[in-house]
Amino acid sequence: MSMVMQSGEALVDSAPRFPRKRKGISGRSIAILVFLSICAAFFMVPLYVIITTSFKTMEQIREGAIFSLPSPITIEPWINAWDNACSGIRCEGLKVGFWNSVAILLPSLALSMILSSVTGYALALWNVRWAGTFLFVLFICAFVPFQIIMIPLIILSSGLKVYGTIWGIAIIHAVLSMPFLTLVFRNYYKGIPQEIMSAAMMDSGSFWRIFGEIIVPMSGNIFIVVLILQVTSIWNDFLLGLTFGGLGTQPMSVVLANVVITTTGEAAYNENMAAALLTAIPPLVIYFVLGKFFVQGITAGAIKG
Amino acid sequence: MPRVIFEDIIKSYGKLTVLKNLDLAINDGEFLVLLGPSGCGKTTLLNLLAGLLDVTAGRIMIGDRDVTDLDPKDRGLAMVFQSYALYPTKTVRGNLKFGLAAHKLEKAEIEQRISWAAKLLQIEPLLDRKPAQLSGGQRQRVAIGRALVKKVGVFLFDEPLSNLDAKLRTEMRLEIKKLHDELKSTIVYVTHDQIEAMTMATRIAVMDAGVIQQFGTPDEIYGRPANLFVAGFIGSPAMNLRPATLSVSGSTVAARAAGVDLDVSRYGFTTPPRDGQSVVIGLRPEHFGEPDAAVADPAGNFSLPVQYSEKTGSDATAYLKFGDGLIATRVDPEQIGRFKQGDTVNISFPQGKLHVFDAQSGRRL
Ligand SMILES: Nc1ncnc2c1ncn2[C@@H]1O[C@H](COP(=O)(O)OP(=O)(O)OP(=O)(O)O)[C@@H](O)[C@H]1O
Ligand SMILES: [Mg+2]
Repeated sequence: MSMVMQSGEALVDSAPRFPRKRKGISGRSIAILVFLSICAAFFMVPLYVIITTSFKTMEQIREGAIFSLPSPITIEPWINAWDNACSGIRCEGLKVGFWNSVAILLPSLALSMILSSVTGYALALWNVRWAGTFLFVLFICAFVPFQIIMIPLIILSSGLKVYGTIWGIAIIHAVLSMPFLTLVFRNYYKGIPQEIMSAAMMDSGSFWRIFGEIIVPMSGNIFIVVLILQVTSIWNDFLLGLTFGGLGTQPMSVVLANVVITTTGEAAYNENMAAALLTAIPPLVIYFVLGKFFVQGITAGAIKG
Repeated sequence: MPRVIFEDIIKSYGKLTVLKNLDLAINDGEFLVLLGPSGCGKTTLLNLLAGLLDVTAGRIMIGDRDVTDLDPKDRGLAMVFQSYALYPTKTVRGNLKFGLAAHKLEKAEIEQRISWAAKLLQIEPLLDRKPAQLSGGQRQRVAIGRALVKKVGVFLFDEPLSNLDAKLRTEMRLEIKKLHDELKSTIVYVTHDQIEAMTMATRIAVMDAGVIQQFGTPDEIYGRPANLFVAGFIGSPAMNLRPATLSVSGSTVAARAAGVDLDVSRYGFTTPPRDGQSVVIGLRPEHFGEPDAAVADPAGNFSLPVQYSEKTGSDATAYLKFGDGLIATRVDPEQIGRFKQGDTVNISFPQGKLHVFDAQSGRRL
């Protein structure tokens, strides 16, 4: 015990020989902090207002103090928004839109990811004739604004009898995102060491077997990135859902817009805010959940080093 | 079992021709080493044989099959890559198993081959690990294992030992050699390490700039280098190569280099020497006699000042000033004390060990 004490004391006694200068807060870092705070406030203040308002009663909202905290707290606006808010003449809430969005999201996710990962794999790792030309065309396609091809697409999809259906919207989402996603996958697969591919060519030589057994297991990260990208863009899409969605097949974003503009009597701000938040939640959840699955060093141990 | 033949192979990348009219025949059961400096086309040649690259012109035969246009998986080869190229998401077992993907085998047979290879390479305890959880030497063994399970007639190795440390490299060298003795298959092994080549090969093909400079047993390559490139490339420290002029009078032929006459009368000239012909003479450092002691049948005696000397534990080399350059001589480390800087030493060189090359063509005379 005393030994320990002694050595402890000795440590305390000896002042460091080369003390480090303590870093103070300089004027520059204050400026940066202030700037960042303003940026954060820029986003946080509206969010604060939306969240608090969604829990307020209409009486409190009528008082006009938009920064006040909700009292009493009520979740009725959330229930109403989900269950019986009126969009036009239908008063079934956002839930219809939610399930429509899910029904659009899942097939278009599957379709776009399968199509573009296989195409990217072929373009990156196999000798495809005209691969360069094809890539160039994809590159151009990736930057054509949707509005330009909207009318032809409508004509095309009604010719194919999918206009106004959930499948129609799903397929069009998948097709429109394919050029960009193919480029993303192709660049990722280009980073796979050539010798791994050569080894697979000698071991199996089968396009699908190599894809399924070697390449897909190495693609976890890029699938997550693409998933986040796609979920966000498909869920948040408005224009495509508006133009291609028929009555009862509209996605959540379109239903939300209708709920907000449909007013009977006074505008139910609390309900509208709750509806907006409900619509925004799913991509956020996906983002936080999937972010955890990022793995590091996908080729670890494959090659020398 | 197959004999591998390259016939008049040309490989170009656009304007750059990497392999030029290359011919090579590899016997069944041979351990052929492709030896050459970096960038000379060794990997390219191996990839052509494996079918991972297409030849620009020429024909490749394995056994009596023309495989020039076959897919890699149909050529009946197995390859160990320069970078191992293990499948990172598969376990060691999975890696070995995928090696058999193209073969339609029964489950029991697959299991049996995997355990055979794992036992041979002592990787049994590692079978359920991922490549990232292995050391360099273990990865190396897995890479060899993935090739072995295929039980093919021809194995290709692309510098498999180049990233291992010296001790592990020596061990693996022996193991690969042992494997070859056991399996009796044909091995084509690429390296730029001459020790590997000399110790493992039954025959060596020395390559430079896309051309095979010499093809022969390690003894032939070392004892009778076919040209200046091979002479300078094989041996460490490198052979001393000095310009000289021949003088022929009757039956005596002498090579005069920097004021020293070397008797080459009994050298086995393949073409008759001409008087005044400019040549390059080659003297291996390890063939010089001991200082102040004449060798039997000397070609010439040198009396040269010591420039500097270096010891490498088991060996020592002294560098002597000769003309406007240096010549290296291997010295018994015990004797190195006699080679003090600035001292002049007398050493001689035996006739039988001389090499004479034509100065113009670089070919052995
Ligand atoms: N895809 C390619 N395009 C153009 N030139 C290439 C290509 N691949 C290889 N080369 C060239 O071909 C030559 C031979 O390359 P190769 O890989 O066969 O060398 P190597 O003998 O294996 O060398 P190292 O010992 O460094 O592995 C080099 O000069 C290289 O620059
Ligand atoms: Mg190489």
